[in-house]
Amino acid sequence: MTTDIGTQPETAPAAPGTPSNTLSIAISGSGGAGVMTVGELLLDAAARAGLYGRMGRTFGPQIRGGEAAALLRLSSRPVEGVGDAYDLLVALDWGNIDRFADEIPLASDSRVLFEARAGEVPEIIARTGARLLEQPYGEIARGVRGGRSNLVVLGQLARILALDPEVVRDAVRGRFGGTAIDTALAVLDLGLDRAPPIDRPIKRSSAGATGGSTASLPPATPRWNLSGNQAAGLGALRGGVRFVAAYPITPATDLLEWLAVELPAVEGHLVQAEDELAAVNMCIGASFGGVPAMTATSGPGLALMLESVGLAVAAEVPMVIVDVMRGGPSTGIPTKSEQTDLDVAVHGLHGEAPHLVLAPLGVADCLFTTQWSVELAEALQVPALVLSDQSLAQSRLVVDEPPVRVSPATRRRAEAPGEGYRRYALTDDGVSPMAVPGTPGGMHVADGLTHDPRGRPSSRASDHSAQLDKRRDKLVGFDFGDAWGEVDGDGSLAVITWGSSTAAVREAAARLRASGRAVRTIALRLLSPLPVEALTRALDGVERAIVVEHNHSGQLHRQLRAAADWPCPLFAWHRPGPLPLRPGELVEVIDARLTACSPPEETPA
Amino acid sequence: MNEPLTARDYKSDVHPVWCPGCGDFGILNALTKAMAARQLPPEHVALISGIGCSSRLPAYLTTYGFHGVHGRALPLATGLAVARPDLTVVAMGGDGDGFSIGGNHFMHACRRNVNMVYLVMDNAVYGMTKGQASPTTETDWTGSKLTPAGTHMPAFRPLEIALASGCAFVAREFSGNPNGLARRIDEALDYPGFAFIQVLSPCITYRPEQMGYKKIVHDDFEPTAVRTEAMARLLDDDGMTTGLLFKAPPAPWQGDPVPDRHRAPERVLRVGAAA
Repeated sequence: MTTDIGTQPETAPAAPGTPSNTLSIAISGSGGAGVMTVGELLLDAAARAGLYGRMGRTFGPQIRGGEAAALLRLSSRPVEGVGDAYDLLVALDWGNIDRFADEIPLASDSRVLFEARAGEVPEIIARTGARLLEQPYGEIARGVRGGRSNLVVLGQLARILALDPEVVRDAVRGRFGGTAIDTALAVLDLGLDRAPPIDRPIKRSSAGATGGSTASLPPATPRWNLSGNQAAGLGALRGGVRFVAAYPITPATDLLEWLAVELPAVEGHLVQAEDELAAVNMCIGASFGGVPAMTATSGPGLALMLESVGLAVAAEVPMVIVDVMRGGPSTGIPTKSEQTDLDVAVHGLHGEAPHLVLAPLGVADCLFTTQWSVELAEALQVPALVLSDQSLAQSRLVVDEPPVRVSPATRRRAEAPGEGYRRYALTDDGVSPMAVPGTPGGMHVADGLTHDPRGRPSSRASDHSAQLDKRRDKLVGFDFGDAWGEVDGDGSLAVITWGSSTAAVREAAARLRASGRAVRTIALRLLSPLPVEALTRALDGVERAIVVEHNHSGQLHRQLRAAADWPCPLFAWHRPGPLPLRPGELVEVIDARLTACSPPEETPA
Repeated sequence: MNEPLTARDYKSDVHPVWCPGCGDFGILNALTKAMAARQLPPEHVALISGIGCSSRLPAYLTTYGFHGVHGRALPLATGLAVARPDLTVVAMGGDGDGFSIGGNHFMHACRRNVNMVYLVMDNAVYGMTKGQASPTTETDWTGSKLTPAGTHMPAFRPLEIALASGCAFVAREFSGNPNGLARRIDEALDYPGFAFIQVLSPCITYRPEQMGYKKIVHDDFEPTAVRTEAMARLLDDDGMTTGLLFKAPPAPWQGDPVPDRHRAPERVLRVGAAA
């Protein structure tokens, strides 16, 4: 076993390509070892100390006893995505580390702190060349009756980061209750006292930072610490959703559990359905009753729902479906992320059924995108699919408090319908005033059968084409404004991306710009109907574009190629999960395209 | 304006697709009679159906309605009834819709016990697809080209399933007795929970022998509030007994949410906020 315990405090260099004010830490252990607890506490403490950060989670399929790791990235500046490598790995044990070591890349100047009694350092770790520092975690924890190793780790990491111990204690007090607090604080103090000689404070980039100490001033503006699933839940609430029905599925379940507490407080309902077929139809029923409704699921559940999503399109009933994507196809990799459902979300309905598909561009953006999706669904009387994914949904992010956005009630109601009311009247914008049950004079039958403007079943060609036109026109004629996507930078090379890939694309572009290379990034929030005009404008002056996404077949690339003649060639770069896209690999991809004298062959669609 | 509503006032001008003589006409008549008996404002009633001959019924009424996809009438009705407890919600459909493609929802709607009436217009055949065996078709029925040697499966027994799943209002009626059915629907509308009525409704086109139902139905159920008694009563039941089988106080659905105006979901997300 190679061990290297330095005698002098040393400053660990940052991983290559990582800003020096950023530190990535992985904490691994078997399920039940408490690595998620220590990760969450460290993120909370760092946030209380004025830092930004993110924490992702990786775990195997086991319920208990499987491998798990908390993956943190802390910084004095806002961070959204993961870095290229981990500066520190803390291993409480080596259980099944080989299954997920490739999710924790280490560089030769990384440090590995590991439990002394965990046995020999596995080859997969040793061969990285990272410096190994054996730690007597269990022994230290036993200094307090009932003490656990994970809080020793918290103390050590707080010391390495030079976090104010009192801030860390506040974080611990906020988490534990009763007598557990005293035990936890005592173990924390042991960890603070027995930290290894590594000094790695995160300096504040702004003026006033004192050297050698992590900024411990509380932030001037309020900050939030939230997961993508919480953000989506809050967006739903703010958008006016008051009915949720769903069937549990990883990684969407914690969104539902969060809403199960929050919805009743605003007199909303959450129903656990017997399956996804029921969930989506319960939402259609509630929304037919005038109550904005949402469900959340993942790929397998979405597949079950799609027949009834088509019903919502035909009957023009608004609803939101959050698909927290995971590795596919079939059961796939339930606990890992992949942008794999774009094709089925856009094209999975039978018949021709125009609807909305959107994707949040980051963890906190799950709030805006979900809220906006509720507004759009209600305004257009159409189902909206929101493509989140595991990496957004189950990562926690520290952000500046998001602005409050007030959602108007956007559903066009028939307030005083009467004789001759036409539920599916042909209007200029394709949206027909909707009477909800209880409204006198508005009685009609909402129907999945092709119908006439009154809603009566019809198989006449004229009715069919009129209603098909209406449902298309209300979407393509709608002014989605500026929120269709986000464009940064300029230059003749553009990177087009969507959803969770946006973070890595933006960080790669920022690094290239820092070295004097011009790169434009275009992140699409609205994926169906594709904002062809807006994207064409965003590509003005661009000579070539790369479409970057986290899947195996380049789904957005193919959909873009099919949708329009673009002003420049579109190249494709994509890679499936479960490993996240890292900014370093995208720097290479973009750089190669920038320096290419002549464009290589396009990736075949 | 204040004239009392008659059964006719609940009927729309849409002409039913049903064959002349179809049992479903009797159910349409019974339903409109029950609504008239209660003087329900049509705008406060929603009829929710799936797919099949009988599921066409909402279009023939002047109330609100939803003609959804095959098998999902119960979840759609559940969502509406939970979100809008002020409405009168009636789910209905055929035996294929309710017991085959929607069979899972039937069991869980019985368990969930949300306030609604569920009418299954049972003719033991798929009429809309021209005569295939349904879950309630007898094992030895060879009238379908799809299963020419019979179904090789015992017929589904809806009342037992309802009882075993926790339903607390279980009845069977016959479409040929629309007045009796109307009274039963009226009673079911009064019941503050999930009320299930299996209605024997002959298909004169694919099961012409069912025209003999009127000779063999017998109004012999004695209502009980003891579930084991109701279950025992079904052990030797011929499937033609009508009446109210079981009625007990409903186990309440999860109930209305309690508003908490002081709760701010943002609070728990704020860094440094008290837990």
